[in-house]
Amino acid sequence: MPPIMTAVILLLAGGFLALLTARLPRLSTAFGVGGAVAGCVVGLIQPVRVLAGGISEAWLRPWSVPYGSLSIEVDLLSAFFLVPILVLSALAAVYGQEYMAAWRGRRSTGASWFFFNALVASMIVVVIARNTALFLVAWELMSLASFFLVTFEHDKDDVRRAGWTYLVATHIGTAFLFALFLLLGRAAGSLNFISFGPAPAASAGVLFLLAVIGFGTKAGFMPLHVWLPEAHPAAPSHVSALMSGVMIKTGIYGLFRVLTFLGPPPAWWGLTLIGIGAVSGILGVLFALAQRDVKRLLAYSTVENAGIIALGLGLGLLGMSYGDLTVAVAGLAGALLHVVNHAAFKGLLFLGAGAVAHSTGTRDMDRLGGLLKRMPRTGSFFLIGAAAICALPPLNGFVSEFLIYFGAFKGVISEQPAIVYPALGLVIGLALIGGLAAACFTKAFGIVFLGEPRSESAAHAHECGRAMWIPMLALAAACAAIGLAAPAACRLVIRVLGDATGMDAFALDHVVSTLTSILSFVVGAGVALMALVIGLVFARRRLLAGREVAHAGTWDCGYLKPDARMQYTASSFSQPLARLFHGAIGTKIRSAPPKGLFPKTAFFGSELVDVFKDRLFKPLFLAVESGVSRMRWLQHGRLQLYVLYIAVTLLVLLIWKL
Amino acid sequence: MSGFLFSLLWLLTALAAAPLLLGVINRTKAWFAGRTGQPLLQLYYDLWKLLHKGAVYSRTTTWVFRAGPIVGLASVLVAAALTPFGGAPALLAFPCDLILFAYLLGLLRFFTILAALDTGSAFEGMGASREATFSALAEPALLLGLAVVAHKTGSVSLSGMFSGDAVSAWAHAGPAILLVAGALLIVLLAENARIPVDDPNTHLELTMIHEVMVLDHGGPDFALILYTSALKLWVLGALLVNVLLPARTGFLLFDGAVALAAMFGLAVGVGVIESIMARLRLLRVPQLLVSAGALAGLAMFLVLR
Repeated sequence: MPPIMTAVILLLAGGFLALLTARLPRLSTAFGVGGAVAGCVVGLIQPVRVLAGGISEAWLRPWSVPYGSLSIEVDLLSAFFLVPILVLSALAAVYGQEYMAAWRGRRSTGASWFFFNALVASMIVVVIARNTALFLVAWELMSLASFFLVTFEHDKDDVRRAGWTYLVATHIGTAFLFALFLLLGRAAGSLNFISFGPAPAASAGVLFLLAVIGFGTKAGFMPLHVWLPEAHPAAPSHVSALMSGVMIKTGIYGLFRVLTFLGPPPAWWGLTLIGIGAVSGILGVLFALAQRDVKRLLAYSTVENAGIIALGLGLGLLGMSYGDLTVAVAGLAGALLHVVNHAAFKGLLFLGAGAVAHSTGTRDMDRLGGLLKRMPRTGSFFLIGAAAICALPPLNGFVSEFLIYFGAFKGVISEQPAIVYPALGLVIGLALIGGLAAACFTKAFGIVFLGEPRSESAAHAHECGRAMWIPMLALAAACAAIGLAAPAACRLVIRVLGDATGMDAFALDHVVSTLTSILSFVVGAGVALMALVIGLVFARRRLLAGREVAHAGTWDCGYLKPDARMQYTASSFSQPLARLFHGAIGTKIRSAPPKGLFPKTAFFGSELVDVFKDRLFKPLFLAVESGVSRMRWLQHGRLQLYVLYIAVTLLVLLIWKL
Repeated sequence: MSGFLFSLLWLLTALAAAPLLLGVINRTKAWFAGRTGQPLLQLYYDLWKLLHKGAVYSRTTTWVFRAGPIVGLASVLVAAALTPFGGAPALLAFPCDLILFAYLLGLLRFFTILAALDTGSAFEGMGASREATFSALAEPALLLGLAVVAHKTGSVSLSGMFSGDAVSAWAHAGPAILLVAGALLIVLLAENARIPVDDPNTHLELTMIHEVMVLDHGGPDFALILYTSALKLWVLGALLVNVLLPARTGFLLFDGAVALAAMFGLAVGVGVIESIMARLRLLRVPQLLVSAGALAGLAMFLVLR
């Protein structure tokens, strides 16, 4: 058996043991965490071997499911997705051990660990499965396991509602996947991935759209994102990190894998993805910016980053369809690298937000503040994550966005007008996303960690324990390491690309050498930047040595009694942008402004609504419900008539078959 | 080799002469107002004085507040090394370096905003919020303007766009040049906190943007911030001068001297704008920035036609 299957078995065994020993919380946690970490470490053997240049191994066993077989393979693309899944899962498990300790005795953490390990195992199987039945079973298991993880605090009303939204959304997505794979299988005559060949152009377009909707629901493309901002805040933070960091990336993996079955892409596929990416990116970051709940902010930012990935993929497809290899490779490589980068910084940010919620008991940014002094480690790691997600050099986020920008600018100077216009749109979109993301994350970090605490609970916050900050440290280090090893990372990604898409190896070599030499300049500039920072720190220390360095209160412009509540809040910080884009962000404001010379009452309240959820899905589902409820007369509870239904149905089928 | 020497020479000139730009702007404004005005070298005196002072830090602040001025200066220094000047390539030039340029300015802004929020002051929060808002709108205009130049010159590196034979590509695109220059001028005014976006001389914290964010900095830290602002004005000004002066003689020293004269001409121009215009209401500023994007978009339309 290949090591990756051993890993799956270890994970499941750990999960089952955790469930069996649920009455002994310590033991069950040990089984859950131990199984998860051991499984992830063993699981890393094979993908690392493949990425280091080893050959990919296929493994096949018969399976009693019709058309199913236990067919798996760890090729370069699978290995590339496996590494972030396994690393982040192991770190999230270690973090979760301490995070979940607060519930010990109050709720069965054994079940939670069972579903955690099942989620990790199913994610592994999703990216290595090479048979449709196996893939869909793992996909469904992944959705169900994460549903149970999201509803961990099921006594809360909003958590139940979030879980329900997620369950419905994920199954609508899966329905599209069923249609996709049935069509693929019917054309190929088999449900094994290896037999799926290039589809004829007419049906390929339908298959592409099915894949975009089915996998896009998981990946969080707008307007299919509505479950994300519900499910991510409701789940325990290590689960949010896992779901946002890697689970939604299985949607990207699926889309990418299916694209390799569909043959050469026409231009409109690329344009569709660029359009989806621009909408998801810009609206995602705008919604994120307007949030007060820090985890909901991060969830919307996941939609934004899914948008950036879609922009890269779209640009890549566009480049492929017009035969511009540099544009194609830069776009696809940027998108794939962003998958890993986003796993690192979004995992880090969710773990950081979890540590804050764990310590203060609130996720409302307007009740936080001043936490960098109370939680110095968490705060510093969160700052690294925030800078990385804003694509600031020299961290990893800059590298992947730089690759996409490079492809787009190559498109702008291209001779073919058909590339120039979408590439220009992409440049504008990415620039706007970048500016808004900077506003969003200066707000998230600045309001939560800087200034004075805005509530008692924030004032009494404490630093989290070692099991929680070491995973954050590891992820922060990964953000810096990928940023500094950009040329190597780029070379690896392009090798994965070449293997998955079958691009001409000789032509790829040329692009690889161009991109790596450019990226080494970028890294050089980043190193120079850090050297300058260190030099300036020492220079200032020399300057201030022996001089008076005093400490005083913040300058309050002559006001006598400044108070922590007078600080700018999360809502006030984002108010100008929320006002500017009020057409896109649905803000409901209830206010009674003070009236008269001696106003008695006055209040102001604002509430954010997701325009897609309120104006698109709510009417849609209400219409479906009213349509379906007309069928109620069939279901009246009289058993005799039900038996009659069965008899009539059988009779009709019999007559039809005759 | 001589190219490299000139790159180094112009970088050192930028580092030395950047504070002088503000002196020229202030003298121009004084001349318009009928005052004598401060000495041309006033900012140098200020920097000298501030560097010899001690420091006062707010008890609310953390290491982020102290990191702000340092990260800001470091990023604008690297950005200066990416800026070509007077027909000579920049010290550091590679394809798509304009993205690094834009994101280095982003890094400067990120830390300035955080340092402002670190003080816990409502006024500084106000400035931070405004800075975040306006720069988010200025960024697309800057990159779209540069994309026009990239398309016209066929190069995606700042040095490639603004040096050597790329210049001839501009010959038939006069109107587009002017439109891009207009867009970049608006970005320059907004990013450097000049009228009509922000008034560097205002005395009311409520109406400030950039000045209010750095209220709590003093001593050497404030010196770093003042110098960073001057250098940022220089690098964005250099981009604008590069766009407006595409003609080159090929003699790097002569071209550089012309560009240097143009830089101070630009400073006079900024001073004139500040003297003859009122500041826009804050709610109007986004419209100005979007119109900068529209100018760049129109230029793109012209070159693509």
